[in-house]
Amino acid sequence: MRPAVSLVLFTSLSGAGLGALVWLGALHALGLPPRDTPFVVTSTVLALALVVAGLLASTFHLRHPERAWRALSQWRSSWLSREGVMAMITFAPALAFLGGSIVAGPGGGVLAPAGLAMVLCAVGTMICTAMIYRSLWTVPQWSNVWTVPCFLAIGLAGGALLVCAAASLGGAPVPGGLLVVALLAPPCAAAVKACAWAHAEHPAGSDLATALGMGDRLRGGRMLEAPNSSENYLQREMIFHIGRKHARKLRRSALVVGVAAPMALLAAGALAGGVAGAALTVLAAGCGLAGTLIERWLFFAEAKHKVALYYGAERV
Amino acid sequence: MTSLPQGAGKKLGLVIDLDICVGCHACAVACKSWNSIGAAAPLSDTTPYGPEASGVWLNRVHTYEVEDGQGGFTLHFPRSCLHCDNAPCVTVCPTGASYKRARDGIVLVDEDLCIGCGLCAWACPYGARELDDATGVMKKCTLCADRIDNGDFDEADRVPACVRTCPTSARHFGDLGDPESEVSKLVADRGGAAPMPESGAGPVNRYLPPRARHAGPAPMAVGADAGQPSGFLDWLDRVLSD
Repeated sequence: MRPAVSLVLFTSLSGAGLGALVWLGALHALGLPPRDTPFVVTSTVLALALVVAGLLASTFHLRHPERAWRALSQWRSSWLSREGVMAMITFAPALAFLGGSIVAGPGGGVLAPAGLAMVLCAVGTMICTAMIYRSLWTVPQWSNVWTVPCFLAIGLAGGALLVCAAASLGGAPVPGGLLVVALLAPPCAAAVKACAWAHAEHPAGSDLATALGMGDRLRGGRMLEAPNSSENYLQREMIFHIGRKHARKLRRSALVVGVAAPMALLAAGALAGGVAGAALTVLAAGCGLAGTLIERWLFFAEAKHKVALYYGAERV
Repeated sequence: MTSLPQGAGKKLGLVIDLDICVGCHACAVACKSWNSIGAAAPLSDTTPYGPEASGVWLNRVHTYEVEDGQGGFTLHFPRSCLHCDNAPCVTVCPTGASYKRARDGIVLVDEDLCIGCGLCAWACPYGARELDDATGVMKKCTLCADRIDNGDFDEADRVPACVRTCPTSARHFGDLGDPESEVSKLVADRGGAAPMPESGAGPVNRYLPPRARHAGPAPMAVGADAGQPSGFLDWLDRVLSD
């Protein structure tokens, strides 16, 4: 599949922003530090900014962005529509959380319930985003049990790093519990992604014989003549080759940039403390996001669509 | 509404005889022609001429060389929307632009509602949908609903343009939901099959497989006697080689 920049940005940025909202809500619901108002404001605004940036990026994928509001109408059947609706709904508890923190301070009674609602809505939105891809039978690399866990784990890992970055901006050291979460989340996400990559090695179930509805009668075949002399929309959009060529190298760089580097920077930041520590922690969050962008680019670029069978692919 | 309608029983669709199809692309050209002058926006060509010609087609004819254990054959495969029972392209649509017409099962796009997100094209296993670059909306086979619905047309013309134009009569149009219809009988007689049945989309269109061929003399391999010449040519070859 063609890795459209708009979709790579949308799923990466929104995922990390939503992941941050989950951790923020969880910290408050559990009564864990940091809970001071400057931290809550900085981190919630940062998380919401990423969610908004992601949603805006997604509209660049639309050929008629002025009609984007219509996409909220078909939530009964469409995961894309559900994603849009859930993202909008998530803003209610998130803004209540932000407002509550500003008005009532860290001990405000509204924060715990708003935080809890924010956790549920953000997780729901992340699941809806993943289900857009999970529900496409035509792309075996997406329509399997690992897509939803991957989106959740990677979003939560990016979110944990962002919350640490926001916490470190206050000048105080990142609280131990949050630091442990942020150190463990990226390798956990990498483990889930490794399962998805392993699953993608399984041979897929369709070939030219099934594509043509010829069943057992067709023992082999090849395309003699394509219907078109140069690439058409289907080929440009769904039969993308570049990604698979460098997949191994890019997977390694996603792990180095998105997992190893943030862990090292986060640990160094905690040890250094002060301004240097804050800078290293912010850099860790940046690396996490960069790693997610590489992973997400590959998520699209490596995925094969079944329509490739009609254009000469052997098995999809 | 992109939820699928409860079936009215009627399932309009195509039956394409792969035994007869000669791969002339007349159906594809007729489709492109009719759907560029009809009710909806034309099927645009972004680069109509030259080596990088590209544009939207709702029907594309692929040609395969097929090995069947009997010497093989050439198969022409016109590929277009199959107006599936469980059309995945309809249910993924976030805006309600894609819909399945309740009264006859034709899958259509309301171009005024389409946001051009392309998700329906991703959801289709058959590559039946193409985004039009000029108008930014999704295009697909309408079974020429604007011909079928038009009571001013002669009865013979109230069929899809591809069916009307096919010079070998390889394409048939009718109600595949009615077991007594001509098309249903054809499918029953000839073992008509759906492509990629494992998709679960429940295609309505059917393809009639090529008939089994009678056993005959083994096909002569091209170039089998092109080795060392014999007789006069052998003599000439030796003389000229010296």
